[in-house]
Amino acid sequence: MQTARPGNFALALKDLKDGVSSIHIWPMLGWQEIRQRYRRSVMGPFWLTISTGAMIAGMGPLYGRLFGQDIGSYFPYLAISFVVWLLMANLINDCSNAFIAAEGFIKQIKLPLTIHILRVVWKNLIIFAHNLVIVVLVFLFYPPEMGWHLLQLPLGVLMIAVNGLWFGVLVGLFCARFRDIPQIIASVVQVAFFLTPVMWKADMLGKHIWAAQINPLYHFIEIVRAPLVAGGASLLSWGAVLLITLTGYAVMIMVFSRFRARIAYWV
Amino acid sequence: MTCVIAKNLVIEFPIYGGKSRSLKNTFIRAATGGLLARDAADRVVIRALSNINFDFREGDRVGIVGHNGSGKSTLLRAIAGAYEPVSGTIDVIGRLATMLSITLGMDTESTGYENIFLRATVMGLRAREIEPLVDDICEFAELGDYIHMPMRTYSSGMSMRLAFAISTSIPADIVLMDEWMSVGDAEFAHKAQARLRVMLDKARILFLASHDEQLIRRNCNKIMHLDHGEMASLDRV
Repeated sequence: MQTARPGNFALALKDLKDGVSSIHIWPMLGWQEIRQRYRRSVMGPFWLTISTGAMIAGMGPLYGRLFGQDIGSYFPYLAISFVVWLLMANLINDCSNAFIAAEGFIKQIKLPLTIHILRVVWKNLIIFAHNLVIVVLVFLFYPPEMGWHLLQLPLGVLMIAVNGLWFGVLVGLFCARFRDIPQIIASVVQVAFFLTPVMWKADMLGKHIWAAQINPLYHFIEIVRAPLVAGGASLLSWGAVLLITLTGYAVMIMVFSRFRARIAYWV
Repeated sequence: MTCVIAKNLVIEFPIYGGKSRSLKNTFIRAATGGLLARDAADRVVIRALSNINFDFREGDRVGIVGHNGSGKSTLLRAIAGAYEPVSGTIDVIGRLATMLSITLGMDTESTGYENIFLRATVMGLRAREIEPLVDDICEFAELGDYIHMPMRTYSSGMSMRLAFAISTSIPADIVLMDEWMSVGDAEFAHKAQARLRVMLDKARILFLASHDEQLIRRNCNKIMHLDHGEMASLDRV
C-alpha cells in the first residue's frame, strides 16, 4: 500500500487550504480571545472603542494645530489613519507571537498551522470593527465625498487581512525560531508609527514624498484611508499593495514549505 | 482499515542556546533522556526517538513503557501528528483521539456548555456532530445547573469531570493516552472507569504510555519497551 508521499510544497499548500477552510475553528478561537479579555466587564470590547476614541479626540486638536491643518479636514483624516494603523500595528505584533502562544495546541494535536495566524487576523478584524464605530461617528460630522470610490474601503480592509496571513506565517515562524525577533518587531512598530504618515500627511514632505512612498505601510493605510478623505487611493498605492501581496505569498509559500514541519520543534 | 505504521522513525529536537562545545562528535548516554548527538549541520540535538519500526493493526492494545525521557510522550505526539519525523515515516489511518491533555482548548471564562463545543471542536468535531453528544456529556459530568456557569466557578474536580466527559464522548479509532486517566471522588471515579472502558473497547487501536507495568499488562496485548529513544523490545503479552 505504498503510495507516493506529498512533498513539502504540497503539504504547505494543504496546510494553507485546510487552515482557511477550518471556518469552524479560527473564528471561534479569535472571538474567544476577545471574550476572555473582556469577560465580566460591563462595556466589554467597547473599551477598545472608548480608548481609541479618547486618543483621537485628544490628539486631533493638538496635532491639527501643530501641523497647521484645518481641523475639519484633519480630524477625519486622523480618525481613519489611526484606526487603520492600530489594525496593522496590532496585527504585526500579534503575528510575531502567534505560533509561540499556540504552543499547547501545536505540540499536542494536528491542526493546520495557518489556523493560528487566521485566528490572530480574525481577532484583529473584530477589534477593528469596534474601532470603526469612531470613524463612523467622526464622518457623520464631517461627511466624506460620496461615490463609488467608497467601495475601495472594504476592499482595502480585505487586502490588509489577506496580507496578514502571509505576513503572519512568515513572521510567526521566524519568531518561533529566534526569540529576539518579537522584541525587535515591537520596537520597529513603535518607531514606524512616527515614520509612517499616520498623524501627518505624505504631501507635507513636499519633494521628499518618496520617503512615504517607499514605506509599504503607507500604501496599506492609503487603500483604506484615501477612499474616505481623498476620493480614492492612487494607482501607485493599489499597485504597491498588489505587488506586496503576490511577492509576500510567493516568499511565504517557499519558506513555509521548507520549515513548516520544524515549527512544532521550535515553539 | 485502521493502522499505525512507523518505518525508521527518527525524532530529534534541536537544542538552541545549549552549551554545545563540550560535546564530542559522539553519542553520549545519560541516565535518562534521549541520546545527545550532533546532526548533519553540527548542531546539538536530542535524539528522542531513533529508528523506530512497528506495524499496528486493529485489535492492538499497545503499552509503552520506559524510563523518564525514554521517548514515550514523544512517540505519542509523533503518532498524533504534532511532531513530524526528521527522517523515516509514520502513517496513521483512522480517526485519532489524543488524550494527552484533556483540557486543551477549554477556557475558564466560558461556561461549561460553551466549553463542550470548544473542546470538541479542537478534537476535530463539527457543531452538528457535537450537538447529539451534549446531553450525554452534561448527564455524565453531573454538574447540574453549573453547566451554564463559567468554568472558573468550578472546583478543579468539576473541571476535570467535564473535560473527561467531553473527551471520552468522542468516537475514535485510535486512542492515545499518557498514563491512565482517573478523575473525581471514589464514586465518580468508578463511573469514569466504566466510561473510559467503553471508549477504549470501541477503539480499534490503543496506545497507552505508563510507568505502571501491572496496569499495562492488564490493559494491553503488546508491550513496547523504549530505552533512550530506541525500541528495546516489542512483546506480546
